[in-house]
Amino acid sequence: MIIPFEHSQSAHCETGVLSNLLRFHGADVSEPLGLGVGAGLFYSHMPFIKVNDLPITTYRTMPGFIFKKFCRRTGIKVKRFKFKDPEKAMLALDEALEQGLPVGLLTSVFYLPYLPRAFRFHFNAHNIVAYGKEGDEYLISDPILEEPVRIDRKMLIRARFAKGMPNTNGQMYYPTHVPDDLNLNKAIISGIKATARDMSTIPISFFGGKAIGYLASRLKNYEKKYGEENAKMYLGNIVRMQEEIGTGGAGFRFMFGAFLQEAAVHLGNPALQQKSLEITKIGDLWRSFAYDCGRMCKGRAPDMNFDLLSEQLKVIGEQELRFFSSLRKMDLKA
Amino acid sequence: MKKDEVPQDNEDLLEGKFKVIKYAIDDKGNYGTVGSVGWQPENTVLKQAWEKIHERVEQTVIKINAGELSPLAYHMEKQIMDPAMLGQYMGLSKRKIKRHLSAKGFARLDEETLMKYANVFDISVSQLKTTE
Repeated sequence: MIIPFEHSQSAHCETGVLSNLLRFHGADVSEPLGLGVGAGLFYSHMPFIKVNDLPITTYRTMPGFIFKKFCRRTGIKVKRFKFKDPEKAMLALDEALEQGLPVGLLTSVFYLPYLPRAFRFHFNAHNIVAYGKEGDEYLISDPILEEPVRIDRKMLIRARFAKGMPNTNGQMYYPTHVPDDLNLNKAIISGIKATARDMSTIPISFFGGKAIGYLASRLKNYEKKYGEENAKMYLGNIVRMQEEIGTGGAGFRFMFGAFLQEAAVHLGNPALQQKSLEITKIGDLWRSFAYDCGRMCKGRAPDMNFDLLSEQLKVIGEQELRFFSSLRKMDLKA
Repeated sequence: MKKDEVPQDNEDLLEGKFKVIKYAIDDKGNYGTVGSVGWQPENTVLKQAWEKIHERVEQTVIKINAGELSPLAYHMEKQIMDPAMLGQYMGLSKRKIKRHLSAKGFARLDEETLMKYANVFDISVSQLKTTE
């Protein structure tokens, strides 16, 4: 059984699944619009929480938040399921497919054999869509791929029931009600305001624009504190998180720029076009920071050191704080 | 980032399977998407992460050959797991897993537990007892 599902490649998995699933249900929502309305851009550095011995740095909100917030802001109803028993989880998937519903699945990239080996870590928050089944194979639209793929049932079970941070628990979801009018203009404004607020007003140094400056100040002491090799591992991880598939090297800043451009058209507000250019410039700063970090990690940068990297990051932090504060104060009308 | 600046640094990490999509602007400042085969800093840090994993596997093999650790430690490292994660898959505490990682603790495991470990790694019990 195969549902006529249009696969479209995206930069990022969660926004891609959102856009693809909603198009199936008749709502044309671009990937950047998903990111913006879902307020997915964020920043956080939490040195006290470690995954694989590496402190957490993130350029986005928690996995799953974009989808939830987008649907809340547009009045879309979504049904979500969690399972303990893999057989029940697969049965529920089969039943939804039988009803002609493409289903969003939470998976671990480690168990998706169609992905390139180098990308298969225990990242347990990868979203894909199942849209059919033939024999023991499921038809999968993985938004980061150019074409749909197939996966056998056994591997899909493993991917749906991965353990770690977080357990995937066989989670699946699909929209049950998509309103004719998504009230997009209002949703866009809430998305912009929420992103700007979270980036510029949280009074704790681990979150938002402030956290960038916080990491910058820590970066200065990395070598002294952790030794040369570990300092490089930590630095590499900062870039890996920034570079997580789909961010274009700027930790979602470019996609947010694309969103602001769409928002400018929707709201008929050219000032947002200007804001799009500003965040694009900040994105370019992130890229050049990543570039220098990469050289540093490779050990081929006699002109580079942790002090200079810290300075670069400090500037980015200041610019993001300024950018998001001014975005927060903008007068936006639906 | 301009469209013509979207990096195309191919180090075969994507195995030619697909290009990743990047958002970038054209000459007029309008956003669109461009496919990319990779970017040097990203390639560097990905490789760095894998080198660390390979290094850990190698060190583990040395300890196994010295009779300190069991082959279980090899399979755990190879699957990029730690005792906490493996414990979640097995439904056992971290402490128990650590005991099984030692050569002595592993030798005492019953067939059922060995089978369970083998299933977690998707290998056979005889493979579980070797570092292959």
